[in-house]
Amino acid sequence: MAITLKRKNPVDLIFSSITGLASVTVIIFIIGIVYVLMSESSLAIEKFGILKFLSSTEWNPVKEDFGALTNIYGTVLTTFLSLLFAIPVAIGIAIFVTEIAPDFLKGPIGIAIELLAAIPSIIYGMWGLFTLSPIMSNHIEPFLKKVTAGIPLVNILFQGTPMGIDILTASVILSIMIIPFTASISRDSFNLTPSVVKESAYAIGATQWEVVKNVVLPYSKLGVFGGIVLSLGRALGETMAVAFVLGNNHRITTSLLDAAATITVTLANEFAEADNDVYLSSLFYLALVLFVMSFITLAIAKFFLLKAERKYSR
Amino acid sequence: MKRILTLALVAALVFSFGQAEAAEMLNGAGATFPYPVYSAWAFDYNKVTGVQLNYQSIGSGGGVKQISARTVDFGASDDPMKPESLAKEKLLQFPAVIGGVVPVANLENVKPGQLKLDAETLCKIFLGDIKKWSDARVTKLNAGLKLPDREITVVYRSDGSGTTAIFTNYLAETCPAWQEKVGAGKAVKFPVGIGGKGNEGVANYVKRTANSIGYVEFAYAKQNKLDHTQLKNKAGNFVEPGFESFEDAAETGDFDAKKGFYLWLTNAPGKQSWPIAGATFILLAQEKKDVNKQTVKFFDWAFKNGDNKAKELVYVPLPKSLKDKVSAYWKANGVQ
Repeated sequence: MAITLKRKNPVDLIFSSITGLASVTVIIFIIGIVYVLMSESSLAIEKFGILKFLSSTEWNPVKEDFGALTNIYGTVLTTFLSLLFAIPVAIGIAIFVTEIAPDFLKGPIGIAIELLAAIPSIIYGMWGLFTLSPIMSNHIEPFLKKVTAGIPLVNILFQGTPMGIDILTASVILSIMIIPFTASISRDSFNLTPSVVKESAYAIGATQWEVVKNVVLPYSKLGVFGGIVLSLGRALGETMAVAFVLGNNHRITTSLLDAAATITVTLANEFAEADNDVYLSSLFYLALVLFVMSFITLAIAKFFLLKAERKYSR
Repeated sequence: MKRILTLALVAALVFSFGQAEAAEMLNGAGATFPYPVYSAWAFDYNKVTGVQLNYQSIGSGGGVKQISARTVDFGASDDPMKPESLAKEKLLQFPAVIGGVVPVANLENVKPGQLKLDAETLCKIFLGDIKKWSDARVTKLNAGLKLPDREITVVYRSDGSGTTAIFTNYLAETCPAWQEKVGAGKAVKFPVGIGGKGNEGVANYVKRTANSIGYVEFAYAKQNKLDHTQLKNKAGNFVEPGFESFEDAAETGDFDAKKGFYLWLTNAPGKQSWPIAGATFILLAQEKKDVNKQTVKFFDWAFKNGDNKAKELVYVPLPKSLKDKVSAYWKANGVQ
């Protein structure tokens, strides 16, 4: 019925073609970006191949020998650690806001979370370099070193001089950045839990903890998971917040107190002054690798979010 | 009558605006290092002549690319282009202002300028070969100083930069081991140490880390009162970084107009020369004679009137002898 109406009405036809055209531009942009990344990196792909580029730890602009592994390692490690720090806090916030907080607190906390998400990442970067990094190097990192000194295996993570310019500091900044994402998506998922079910649980004498653990969390776990993967996507691509405190060090290190490099930090640091073709092409190649990584992450997130929506929002 | 007057006035105004838009605007792009001094010069030049200079500091690599593609009136680069590349891209090149790189250290009980180093020790420290300040190779040069028996933390620039290019060119020129293991360039693979982003990043790490050493651009070291070191130059004297020692380097450096002034101003032979200096260059498209004349006019004006402004901003103006050489180069290429 709706379709036949649309066909008859010329205004609707124009309207639908204009909106359709607008949507097509997005697809054209994505294709354009992929095309440019591929064509610009073709020189490096030819020279280093795919497997060799992904597995080589070399990053030497003078000898024109490039590999992505140190960058991928740094990206994955900082992302993983930041999620580790952020998820408990974010889920805690979401539970408090949806289930525990009195109404007059819900608004202010919600606004605070959104404000945290609105701070530009360069500000996190400056704050990290001038405020967080001295605190880390003077207090937190020496403390961690002292505590873990006697524990085998764990002490490997905290070897070296605490400089405050390292994987740990970068991960802490990243985690602060992604908390709002995880928290707000988790909050929305928690809100999807039908209140009838919750009230029934309370009615049979369940405590607040039991309701959250046995009713709310199982109901919303897919949504929460999707939120986590979306934050992961954000952490993967974050640049300025970590560029100042990571050190851009192309080495694979076991200690969290060592400098490292992520793909985005390498791009931001080296793109402007990359002066030979192989170098520039390798940077594009790195960008392509990141594009593929982000794409996969987002695809997974979308998959889970869609699944969650189908299951619960009916 | 009144109406005609108004019309004429409007026409004159429109015409003059059109003029200003078309001819009195110079577009340049390139190196970030000289950006403050070019802007300061451009501001004064605009007051005197009305000509506007629009300079975008997109990085030296970008400057070379933009002028090669002829999208700007002039390019700027910290990295001198080789005569072959100049010929290939049909470009002219001349130096505009001098800068330099200064090692800075953070040592307790050592005052700025007290620590003395030579090319070899500096190179060995950055190679990770000399690991402690108490190493005999360092203490030998610093008889009166009490240096700690502590590990040296090396700090380098993590982003690609002209500063690193000048510094590594100096090490590569004076130290065969550096040339062999690391090489020279805007970004190199440093064997030891941690990387700071920008001059401010390096300075921040050095200030905060006891027993560290790094390198920053001269103006940055001076404005932020970092603890610079003395260096032994080619003539064998220990020198302090400063306007005189940079000017001496520029004067004794072998700038050759025939090669488009291609020169790394490192290890200059003068008695008082600071060994890690470098010029920053302007690039012109050979065939754009008229635009080049405008650009050259600006730099000619800056050479004659801009020295004090440059010094205020802690840039080292070209010495007279080099300005004359550049002037002759302009005339020989028909752009002045």
